Order: sequence, then structure tokens, then C-alpha cells
Amino acid sequence: MPSAPGQPAAVVPMKTALITDLHANREAVESVLEHARAQGVDDYVLLGDFVGYGADPGWVVDTARELVRQGAFAVMGNHDQAVVRGASPGMRADARHVIEWTRARLNTEQLDFLASLPFTQQRGDHLYVHANAWAPSGWDYVHSRAEAVRSLHATACRYTFCGHMHEPKLFNLSSTGKAGDFTPTAGVPIPVPAHRQWLVIPGSAGQPRDGNPAACYAVFDAASSSLTYHRVPYDYDSAGDKIRAAELPQRLASRLVDGH
Amino acid sequence: MGIEPTARTPSRQQPTMSPPEPPQLANSLGYAGAAVPVPSDLAAGQVIDGFRLEERLHTGGMAYLWRITEVNHQGDSRLDLIMKVPRIKGGEDPATIVGFEVEQMILPMLSGRHVPHFIAKGDFTRQPYIVMERIEGVSLRGRLDEAPLALDEVIEIGSRVATALHDLHRQHLVHLDIKPSNIMFRPDGTAVLVDFGLSRHDHLPDLLDEEFRLPMGTGPYMSPEQVQFVRNDPRSDLFALGVMLYHFTTGERPFGQPDSVRGLRRRLYIDPVPPRAIRKDCPPWLQEVILKCLEVRAERRYQTAGLLALDLQDPSQVVLTKRAEKLQKSGAVKTFKQWFFALGAEPGKATAKTTEQIDRCPIIAAAVDVDNASSVLLERLRETVRRLMLTEPGARLACISVMKTARIGMDDLVDADGRSRHVKQLVGLKHWARPISKALNLDEGRLTFHVLEAPDAADAIVEFAQRNQVDHIVMGARGTSTLRRYLGSVSSQVVSNSECTVTVVRAADAPATAPKPAGA
Repeated sequence: MPSAPGQPAAVVPMKTALITDLHANREAVESVLEHARAQGVDDYVLLGDFVGYGADPGWVVDTARELVRQGAFAVMGNHDQAVVRGASPGMRADARHVIEWTRARLNTEQLDFLASLPFTQQRGDHLYVHANAWAPSGWDYVHSRAEAVRSLHATACRYTFCGHMHEPKLFNLSSTGKAGDFTPTAGVPIPVPAHRQWLVIPGSAGQPRDGNPAACYAVFDAASSSLTYHRVPYDYDSAGDKIRAAELPQRLASRLVDGH
Repeated sequence: MGIEPTARTPSRQQPTMSPPEPPQLANSLGYAGAAVPVPSDLAAGQVIDGFRLEERLHTGGMAYLWRITEVNHQGDSRLDLIMKVPRIKGGEDPATIVGFEVEQMILPMLSGRHVPHFIAKGDFTRQPYIVMERIEGVSLRGRLDEAPLALDEVIEIGSRVATALHDLHRQHLVHLDIKPSNIMFRPDGTAVLVDFGLSRHDHLPDLLDEEFRLPMGTGPYMSPEQVQFVRNDPRSDLFALGVMLYHFTTGERPFGQPDSVRGLRRRLYIDPVPPRAIRKDCPPWLQEVILKCLEVRAERRYQTAGLLALDLQDPSQVVLTKRAEKLQKSGAVKTFKQWFFALGAEPGKATAKTTEQIDRCPIIAAAVDVDNASSVLLERLRETVRRLMLTEPGARLACISVMKTARIGMDDLVDADGRSRHVKQLVGLKHWARPISKALNLDEGRLTFHVLEAPDAADAIVEFAQRNQVDHIVMGARGTSTLRRYLGSVSSQVVSNSECTVTVVRAADAPATAPKPAGA
């Protein structure tokens, strides 16, 4: 839960898995959680977009609910919001179709869980938000250094973790106002000392788009102040088959295979 | 670990090259904040995180070095340690602080004999420091004043530093500040590179690229692409090494000591005076090597430090071009042309990651037993090597054969019989390789021949591979089972003792028909 101003900062656990843009992809989420357990992860943060695109919204939402019940942090994504509200007339036909399809497959508890998600959560000097810190419910993307700086200026937290962008990325801002961006290499711990501000985009677990179909997530290690991005291979053929069988748009299946 | 009097850029002494930030910004960096003790206040006897400061060894432009001991340490098996502490004062330029931060990130990522072993680091929110292994002795800096050095020594330095660079490049690092004061030697002669404050690691954010909009490096050594803001090309380090070798050979700096960006850019179009014009006894091959390192365009230099080391260790294999014969600088017309093209020239966009550059230029060693192997095996071996060379246009092929010598005594080496055996093997090797070199048109320096004289073939092959950073050994299995029974299998010894990949090729009529790759 967000800590109120003036309260002592909550203790951040040792190894936190940051998982985002799960997009109803059961196969990917299962593989990521298994990988995280093997890394000694004892804490989970889910950065939104539990549903949309994939064929297993119910399973993914139930899994998220269970993790939250055990103490995980979770925030709302734009797809979660759309499913809670229902499709709007302005949407593209296939997007509207996916949302209606998803909504029809979620029960009341599952929809209530999505509806109850906050836009941001703060713990110590960590900020969790789906898209950006300057307007968490506006869903603007952090594409570039300029947008990363805008987001980092909007929070006093040293570390911002967000999703929405499906490609893994790491931005930093020095106290002299110099911003940098970096495309991480999977499996290599990166020191992220707190005298800089960091904006961490782990990349999508359920629908990677950087040309590598393996699921993305990241682990923050509080003991060493380091961050490791991971890529986890998973059975995207089965995930794609389910999308095809559900008569969701075919492109949603094929993009899991090519990672675009 | 001294700092040369030649200032790094961005430098606070050269207004034209200083970072755009006003000097007081160093205080507002927030790295330190009010809570951080000023490191110059450190005193002998003080204990930081269990390390006791014993003696200040050195005060550099950017950092202090302290000899330290571990307070709770029992026994004496651990390494001698030093603590490096950045000099943070009011008005210090941010390069010091960011550079220290960069070194703190990078040093723990590196391993092996060519870097000081990393022990611990201290955070900028408290007391910034790096504890590392102390390398005995002094840097190469002092030798600059003695230049020109004996040619043998220049070559030895070049070969050892190139070997160290190749190891670091393989670890995804570009050093970007290669100069004598950053080079030390272990007692066994292994070169150790220090000071990673300007370096770049492929797997870490490049904080310096973000922080400054001016060329970074040490003026005399900076490569043309560094002058143009490229920080990810390992061949930049070969340029700097070329500058060093030029200086040690001739006693002069090839590009002087420029103190402005404009001065730095002159190296994009003005050639250095050829070393042989300054030092008469500089052999053409050494000039070839040095000028090849100093090529403006990185693609005309050695493509890897390993290839440079190979040439320095075996001068007879250096292919001489016009560079070797030059005795004066390029004329006015050529210089004007080079200046004109340098005006708009920008270096190729981020060629590749450090290791991709090296991966594109592997060294493949074909160990050929020209005297004893069956013709079928020789043919199979040739075909396997041809296919390997075909897949990588940057690959280099070193053909080796081992001439057995007695374990004791030098008799065979010096007498006429020994010489003729040597030549005969060389002729045999060249003959064996000819179809490959013809088919693939192996040009300038892509193909070399080495007859190794040693009592044990397997040892000789393994040692050659190690010394020359060979990536892949291809060799034949011993043909007949009788021979193998009495002499043992050379290839199995090489497979088990070599650090690189080994492919053992069998003749078609041997039990295993396909070439059998074996990782090692």
C-alpha cells in the first residue's frame, strides 16, 4: 500500500520481480513465475495490463489476485481499465472485439479485482505505475529520454518501475540533469545506485515486441542495488493456438511467434 | 597508476574543451551531498568498512591511492590491497565523479590476469571508494622519458599490451584511455590495464556518453572516432596503442599534444611522420604495424588486438604495403584531400558491439602434420578449414606444423639438417594451404605459416593457440591405430588441454566419417 508522507519508508524486500504487460498469456506468465522462483525472488510487483490480446484472462487475473493476497503490489493498466469499463464506440473494431471477448470471460470477482487496482503504488523510494509518473491515468508512453525525464521529474522516488512500453529499457537521470537510455542485455546485473534516478521498463511478459519472442521481466536486488533483466523462453505455440481457437484476431497469435 | 601531465578532456584547464557546466555544478551533483566526508580528509589509521588506511601511495589528478589492510583479516594469503578514493572538491569537474562512478560499475564486471582484481566498493551516498588488488611496480609512464627505447622492448610492450587488450575486448570492454600511465606489468610480465574511468562496457549504461558532449580521452592518444564521439569501437584502443608504440620507437608523439577540439581533429587528415624517417633502424615491418594501428579509418587498422599481437610476435609474417616504405608525410595535395573529406565525414554509425567486432575476425589455426598424415586426411582437413574460412570473411588462418626436436640439447636446431627440415615443413604447409588460399583469395595477412620446433606436438599447438588468442583449432586425428597406440593421440591431448574450441577431423575411412567438433 502507498506509504503516507512522513511515515518511515517501508522495508523493501531483497529480490523483487517486476512483471508487466502479462496480457492474458498463461504460458508466458507461468514460465516467468517459475524462472523468478529459481532466482530466489521473494517479492512481486505487477505493473498492469493483466488482460487484453491473450486467451487466458481468467487464469492470469486469478494468479495476480493470489500474488496480491500474498503481499504483491499491483497497478492498473489501460487494457485492465478498458475491460472494466467496457468497450467504447471510438475503439477500432478488433480492439473492441478483444475487450468484449475478455469481459465476457471474467467473473464478478475478477472484474472487481481489476477495478480495484490503483494507478500508482509507492513503497519506500520505489514508484510503481503502468505508463508514466506525470499522468498515470493518461497512458502516455515513455518512448524517449525526454519523456523519461518528464516522468522522473514528476516523482521524488529514486526508482520508477513501469510497463506499457513492451520493449525492455533503462533510463537514468543524474543530479546534473543528464539523462541516459540503455537497452539491457538479459542476465547481466546492472548496478543502479540511488544517487541517480532510474526509470525501469522490464518489457512485456505476455507480448514481447523487440524481435525476441521470449518473455521479459526484471529482478531488482535491494542488497546490491542492482537490476537484472531476464528473457524467459516459453511455449508461444500453445499460447498462439489458443488465441486462434478463440477466434481472436490472428495477428495476435502470430506476433507471439515472431516477437514483433 | 599515475596521471600523465597531458590533461584528459573534458579538462578544466582548457576552456575550449571544458564541459558546458559551470564549475560549481560539481557541488550540486548530489552524488556527494553535504553528508559525504571530503575524501582528502582521510588520514592514515582511519578504518572504512573494515579496511584500514595505512599509507597514501599516490595523488593523481582524479583520485588518491591508499595502501590498506583488512582489519579483521587473519593470515597473509590475501592479495596486497589498495583503495582508490576520488578527489571531490568544490569546483571539481564532473568528469572526475562520473568517471569514478563508471569505474565502480565496470571493474567488478572484469576478470582475469589483465586487470586488478576487484574486492569492494563504497557508495556515493557515504564514502566512495574502490578496493582492488595492488599491482606491484610502476606504470609505463616513466619509460616515456626514456624513449626511444630498444626496438626489442617496444615490440615486447606492444605484444603484451595487445594481448591484454584482446582479453578485455572479449569481455565486452573498450578501454578508451590506453596510455603508458594506465599500463602496468605483473612480475611474470603480464600486462595489466588500470583506470577504467573513461571505459565503456557493452552491458552497462554508458554514463559518460550521457554526461558530456565533448570528446573524451587523453589528447595525444585519442582515436579519430573518439574525437567524433564514437565510444563503442574496440579498434580505438589499437589506435592509442599505435600512438604509444610510435612514441616509444621514435621518442616523439605522432600527433603532438593538442589542447583543443580543433587540434584533436587534425589527426583526421594529417598523417604522422613515418617512424623510419625519425629512426633509421626501425624495420619496415614495424613501421607497417605502427602505421596500420594509426589509420584514420578503423576498418583499415588491425581488426582485433589479437591480430596485432600475432604480427608483433611473428614479424616474418607481416605483409608489407606502401606503409612500410613511406619515408615522408603525405604531400600537400593528399593532405588537402584528406582534410576535405574529413570535413563532412562522420564515422560509421555504431558498427557493432565490442565482441561482435572480435567475433567477425576469429583466428583459426590449422595444425597440419604434413609429413605423416595420409593424403585423404590432409584433403579432409583442408576441406573443413575451407568451409570454416568461408563463413567468416574476417577470419584469419594460421597454418602450423610441429617439427619435433630432442627434449635435451639444441643439436638439431642449429645444424644444417635442422634448417632444411624446417624449410621442408614450411614448403609442405604452403603446398597444403594453396588450394584454400586460391579458392578464397586470402589476401593481405589473412594467411600465415608457422613451423613450431618443440619436443611435444600437443604442447606446442596448445601453447601457440594460447599465445596468439586462437579461437578455433582444426587438426587431424592420428591415422593408424598402431601409431596411436605407441605415440598416443595428439588431438585428444589438444582437446583436453586447450582453452579454445577444437575440431578433430577424421579421414573418410576412419571409424567416424564426419568431422567431429569438440568444445574445450
